Amino acid sequence: MTMPLIFERSEAGRRAYSLPECDVPRKDATELLPGWALRKRAADLPEVSEVDLVRHYTKLSQRNHGVDVGFYPLGSCTMKYNPKVNEDAAALPGFSALHPYQPEELAQGALELMYELGRYLCEIGGMDEATLQPAAGAHGELTGLMIIKAYHESRGDGAERTKVIVPDSAHGTNPASAAFCGYKVVEVKSDGRGGVDLDSLRAAMSDEVAALMLTNPNTLGLFDENIVEIAKIVHDAGGLLYYDGANMNAIMGIARPGDMGFDVLHFNLHKTFSTPHGGGGPGSGPVAVKKALAPFLPVPVVEKTDGKFVLDYARPQSIGKVKAFYGNFNVMVKAYAYIRALGAKGLRQASENAVLNANYLMRKLAPYYHLPYDRHCKHEFVLSGEYQLASGVHTGDIAKMLLDYGFHAPTVYFPLIVKEAIMVEPTETESRDTLDAFVDAMIGIAQLAEKDPEALHTAPHKMVVGRLDDVTAARRPVLRWRPNKQTNAG
Amino acid sequence: MNYVPHTDRDRSEMLAEIGVANLAELFSDIPSDVRLGHELRLPAPMSEYDLARHMGALASKNRTTDDLVSFLGAGAYDHFVPSVVRHLVSRSEFYTAYTPYQAEISQGMLQAIFEYQTLMCELTAMDVSNASLYDGATAVAEAATMACRQTRRQQVVISAAVHPEYRTTLKTYARNLGIDVVEAGMKDGATDLEELGRLASSATACVILQNPNFLGSVESMEVAAEVAHRNGALFVACVDPISLGILAPPGEYGADIAVGEGQGLGSPMSFGGPYLGFLTCRQELIRNMPGRVAGETHDPQGRRGYILTLQAREQHIRRERATSNICSNEALSALAAAVYLSWLGKDGMREVADLCLQKAHYAFDRVAAIPGFRPVSETPFFKEFAVRMPVAPEQAGAALLESRILGGLPLGRYYPDLGDAMLIAVTEKRTKEEIDSLCRALEGLA
Repeated sequence: MTMPLIFERSEAGRRAYSLPECDVPRKDATELLPGWALRKRAADLPEVSEVDLVRHYTKLSQRNHGVDVGFYPLGSCTMKYNPKVNEDAAALPGFSALHPYQPEELAQGALELMYELGRYLCEIGGMDEATLQPAAGAHGELTGLMIIKAYHESRGDGAERTKVIVPDSAHGTNPASAAFCGYKVVEVKSDGRGGVDLDSLRAAMSDEVAALMLTNPNTLGLFDENIVEIAKIVHDAGGLLYYDGANMNAIMGIARPGDMGFDVLHFNLHKTFSTPHGGGGPGSGPVAVKKALAPFLPVPVVEKTDGKFVLDYARPQSIGKVKAFYGNFNVMVKAYAYIRALGAKGLRQASENAVLNANYLMRKLAPYYHLPYDRHCKHEFVLSGEYQLASGVHTGDIAKMLLDYGFHAPTVYFPLIVKEAIMVEPTETESRDTLDAFVDAMIGIAQLAEKDPEALHTAPHKMVVGRLDDVTAARRPVLRWRPNKQTNAG
Repeated sequence: MNYVPHTDRDRSEMLAEIGVANLAELFSDIPSDVRLGHELRLPAPMSEYDLARHMGALASKNRTTDDLVSFLGAGAYDHFVPSVVRHLVSRSEFYTAYTPYQAEISQGMLQAIFEYQTLMCELTAMDVSNASLYDGATAVAEAATMACRQTRRQQVVISAAVHPEYRTTLKTYARNLGIDVVEAGMKDGATDLEELGRLASSATACVILQNPNFLGSVESMEVAAEVAHRNGALFVACVDPISLGILAPPGEYGADIAVGEGQGLGSPMSFGGPYLGFLTCRQELIRNMPGRVAGETHDPQGRRGYILTLQAREQHIRRERATSNICSNEALSALAAAVYLSWLGKDGMREVADLCLQKAHYAFDRVAAIPGFRPVSETPFFKEFAVRMPVAPEQAGAALLESRILGGLPLGRYYPDLGDAMLIAVTEKRTKEEIDSLCRALEGLA
């Protein structure tokens, strides 16, 4: 049965809303505003009862998979369990009912939380100062690169340093953020062990390079053992090192980007620090920097003076602002609570167990799926669907079949350097039972690929819809509902 | 606490399966000179009970808009959020999901986004909507870069009456992309349209106005759109979605792109975030649109379904040639907006806007009648207005707190010539009695 849209449940005259009385003398809108300023045709919003509304979105929620529903091994996304106590904390009126412009002395608790969270993140990353303003990881990348650009400009060689280097294994946001910051993107190759190819890097380095963007462990889930040498190559040519914190869940309390030589990094609070991803956001992407780059952080920065927390706007070299107000505060509350619950030991254990789970899965699956880089992984690993390709089964088919087992699929076709890539990140909060069930599903799929590839081509079979036609969706985009006009259905 | 389910036995058996003796072996690839030699210097871990108490204590150090009567707006508004919104966005199938990359297992969120897109198109009277951006400020910046791509021009003309933080954000983005940002000044609380006409030229990619503007005034949007179009530029309207229950929507005055801050549509103020950046535009512009978008399609049996589409614009496919670097957006705030707008419906949308309009005008008339108080402008306004006062606005704010009133924003920091002015916002939540008590407190200052 087709699930109706909220508009298709609408019936003229039904209502869910109740609003306060107009207890002031009422005037007609035409008395208060000129005619040209008024809306001519009312917005055609659906008219539904409250119970209809609740049932509609409850039904929609039942057609959605989240971490609370089941395993979500989406590589590079760190879909760990989101503790409920953090949700309760963030919902406290003392945090949720705060206006961003209320005077600082009325928001001391909020500012204290931001100040302390910034300090914790600096300690975890081995950095000196942080901003919590960026709203997501990619926003953090852009902010970090703007800081790097401002730093080079302050030293007089900003105009010459026009390039940013990214490895061919990088997240798509890295080159996109560099371009959005006005940089030319130069790609360097990976070596046979999955790390940055040092000769390619040396060849790409020059006094035109502003920065190298890197994640370590990288998107293959492998720690780049040459990191000290890489940092030296970049620094010797006057460039800076940017750390993409998407993979921070592998190394908390074990190694720190700041100690590896990175100058700027962003965190993904919605990955490493357990804040839920909201079905696509909100995230939060704080940026931490070494001392030399601190003058360029966006304003305001939370400072502590004489025991009071204040918003410091007096930073003449600041890049400015990257969003209104101070960042996704509600997300910060949850990340703060997470760090306070775990402490140093808990964070290290989280990383250790994330790495344990990834290696366990990798070893269990290696007999059935091609493992292109056979060494200890960190928090995630990348398989290739190459064996299955022989029977005409693609990675996309494997991903769709997994849905029928009640699992979200891993990240697929990324990183781009692995053919038919399957990128698995189990996280530390999954039990051995769950991991074993996933292994059984993957083995079952590998066997099915040999016996009955057609079954995989038509997967999924048990979802509320079958495999959706993405080509039609892109060729004839239907991006909104219109009454009596269905172009891409049926 | 670490939320790890393993027992020691699990761990040793798993290590044996992997073929290593201990956990340390799994980290042997990290060179010793970059290994952390000590434990992180963080506060000691807490039990859940202790944590809850600690968070409660921190929260109680803040004064809230629940225990104060707020007349503070300036881009974040104390609108009523019905219980259904909080309950439905708290469904953990929604909030513990990632971006819906695997469509068949994420139909709930995808359909909700599709509904959100439709609702925003209706509200703004535009053709298409994306799935959300970070906030109003970044939506303005994204619209400007979108207009530059579309027109292949590198200059943006923006009114000085647009939210100061949106302009600062735009300038931060623009500077790195070599986009020139030019500001048109204000006259009588609204954009100086003559100056706007002089500044816009055949080099201009877009003209950006906010309606109502930062000072609450209603702008002559149709005239500004005309200025943009005469020069071959796009017109970007930054609007308050609540105002669209009553005010003309961007589609009715010829806007090419509509953006704005959607916090008022069901999201709490949360000290500034997460909020909801929205962006809607004309059909012709979709290939240059930033961010994710959900589209309708079908499965092999002909059943209707939804999927993230037009991804060839996006960073994970197009990399450095993408229309934006945005990846995560504000999906949960978009869901809240969809629930909120469906709760209001056609009549409620008009009613909430009318309540703001009525109450703000009652407040305006009363405040303007206080001796020594004088409106900044006589321009029509919606739910917010600026007023000059005989005492420093900061000092007035402190005095109002004694009556448990959170006063408006002192404007001097953003507009030096408005150092004696305060920006007062009145939403549907304010009662006549609360407005009267604000006026009594202000009268005491005159």
